[in-house]
Amino acid sequence: MLAGKKGNAVKKSMEILVALGEIFGAKRLIDVASVQVAGVSYHNLGDAGLEFLEELAKDGKVRVLTTLNPAGMDLENWKNLGISPEFAEKQKKVIDAFEKLGIVTTCTCTPYFVGNFPRFGEHIAWSESSAVAFSNSVIGAFTNKEGGPSALAAALTGKTPEYGLHLKENRQAQVLVKVKAKLESTRDFGALGHAIGKKIGGKIPLIKGVKKASIEELKTFSASIATYGGTGLYHIAGITPAKTSTPKEEFLVTEDDLEAAKAALNDAVEGEIDLVAVGCPHCSIKELQKLARLLNGKKVKKETWICVARPVKSIADKMGYSKTIEDSGAKFACDTCMAVAPLKGRFKGLATDSAKGCFYGRGSNSFKTKFCTLEECIKEATQ
Amino acid sequence: MKLNGRKICAGKAEGEALVTSQGISFYGGVDPNSGVVVEKGHELEGKSIAGKVLVFPQGKGSTVGSYTMYRLKKNGKAPAAIINKECETIVAVGAIISEIPCVDKIDISQIKSSQRVKVDAVDGIVEVL
Repeated sequence: MLAGKKGNAVKKSMEILVALGEIFGAKRLIDVASVQVAGVSYHNLGDAGLEFLEELAKDGKVRVLTTLNPAGMDLENWKNLGISPEFAEKQKKVIDAFEKLGIVTTCTCTPYFVGNFPRFGEHIAWSESSAVAFSNSVIGAFTNKEGGPSALAAALTGKTPEYGLHLKENRQAQVLVKVKAKLESTRDFGALGHAIGKKIGGKIPLIKGVKKASIEELKTFSASIATYGGTGLYHIAGITPAKTSTPKEEFLVTEDDLEAAKAALNDAVEGEIDLVAVGCPHCSIKELQKLARLLNGKKVKKETWICVARPVKSIADKMGYSKTIEDSGAKFACDTCMAVAPLKGRFKGLATDSAKGCFYGRGSNSFKTKFCTLEECIKEATQ
Repeated sequence: MKLNGRKICAGKAEGEALVTSQGISFYGGVDPNSGVVVEKGHELEGKSIAGKVLVFPQGKGSTVGSYTMYRLKKNGKAPAAIINKECETIVAVGAIISEIPCVDKIDISQIKSSQRVKVDAVDGIVEVL
């Protein structure tokens, strides 16, 4: 592969994997079962990134199941979301190149909702920090936090260097976190991810005191702890499946810490919100069900985005939830989200139930943010 | 003076050194169209990295930075070579896809801005001329 006998795309990919293996002291390359590729929005790639992908697509083909992160726009309904035709044309070319590479162009940060679902202990090469934390922690698969090109390299060769979180000995908890707080909504779990992430940085925590957590709550927690800390793996006693030793270093998270985290993500003042967006990470079918219930018979008065993977929305289409949601004036943003779409300058204030969404709303788009529960988001949208 | 390091991306180049003791985030920190460092408060803010032998401890920030390096190369604004103290994923991958000679494990305190530097990234040798 490295000598170029399997083509240029494979050669480049092997060069990347071998260099990473050497940098991180990997002993060998191992097979991966699936790949999740980030770096899909034309907003981030630019023409050069597009050219790079088109070059790879000349002779490259993925060897394992590979799915894509959100793009910079809804690939079908982009006009309705205010995307320019110039941007749309470039974004479509990016997707075409990925499709030519044999990648399933679902465009979601929740590949585990659309058929890219690894098993416990399986080696994978995923990018998208929230999906990495989810697959390592909730499912118990093994992956490092890949970047766009290194994930592509793994897809084109079916391999990744064996270092970091691919090795069992590196997956033990390094810090014990005791939680003494009520956790009742996805917002609470987002705040918990913020509070813990800020304290531990990239360390692996063992979290005790969480009595129950839904998949949606774990999805948002994964996104938050990865955004505000950087870890690709966490353990929650009684909830996540992997065994770990109990570390000596410990700290406590209380109601006050959660309140402080919520306050830190609220800087919008009354009347400043002009965009309400939920689904960061992308909504589950259960969340769409709930949104349909909350929006039934109501009208939104602000631009309202429901970010979701297209296959999950198609379930909602069949059940009539989509019609109820769209009748309210809320818009589906499939294939994309408020974090990667080119929204800077279009809105001033974002209300969202996602702690991660607040980070990107502020950083990439200079929005003020209001960190709400899902119910409060809909209240904000309809008032 | 010869300094020995490790090959990250093979290749050879010679040029004027541009040295910083701070990490560089290519995504958001360097303008891909001009090659000018735009990170607020960075030691190199306002300086162009185009055609320079860029010397810095290591990369930081978003993994999209690898693509920014590729954009710099396509725009003719990439550095001639990169010398790191400790190379990490973003810069390593960026150098490989952009074919920028890159070595690390170099004592970068031995190199000063505007010195002429020869980089042999095949054997991992840096020569200050």
